[in-house]
Amino acid sequence: MWVRIQEQLFDPGHETNNFLQKDGSAGAVVTFTGLVRSTPDDPIDALILEHHPTMAKKQIERFATEASEKFELVDIGVIHRFGRMNVGEVIVQVMAASPHRQAAFDGANYVMDWLKTDAPFWKQEVTAQGTTWVQHRSADDTAKDKWKTPPKS
Amino acid sequence: MNKGSEEVSPPADVTTIDQLIDWMASNDESFQLAFEDKEIIRASIDDELVEPDAFIKDAREIAFFPPMTGG
Repeated sequence: MWVRIQEQLFDPGHETNNFLQKDGSAGAVVTFTGLVRSTPDDPIDALILEHHPTMAKKQIERFATEASEKFELVDIGVIHRFGRMNVGEVIVQVMAASPHRQAAFDGANYVMDWLKTDAPFWKQEVTAQGTTWVQHRSADDTAKDKWKTPPKS
Repeated sequence: MNKGSEEVSPPADVTTIDQLIDWMASNDESFQLAFEDKEIIRASIDDELVEPDAFIKDAREIAFFPPMTGG
């Protein structure tokens, strides 16, 4: 299990390829990559992410450890950026490795769902009209809540 | 709130995060405003995210945050 919090851009493909180098015990790797989005309905120029450095790493390590234990993962790696990022750039990447595919899907999903609401990062959108804080979505709470009941095995 | 940190000395019957929020809001107008929507406030004790019913007795530092929007 490892977690990196960094400002600089990273190459998602390179990270995935490194993560795929396992000892043979993983039959499945699921990778989630979150990108800065701009749509015609909601156009933005960039995102600025503020964070709480010590707590951010600690919280994500907690979710990654919980996912490892819950889904018996072979390995899990998380990279989360902070600072200013342009449209199309990577924000976050979660990679989960397990013997079979479902656990890898669940592990990556679990970490992302908790990270959205319980890791101390705050997004600001930079638009032509100015800079505004991104509002918290209740759908993210709902997504997280599904893990509070034990998953069916 | 434009406040980095502040020392407070709550009375002995304020034992949880939830009670601390109420106590601070009742004593300071700027806290009252900041804590208006209490349900969405997140809190940490010594860099550990906690629930509103967490006990504050041994806390060295308590922090309050707006809803988190990472990922």
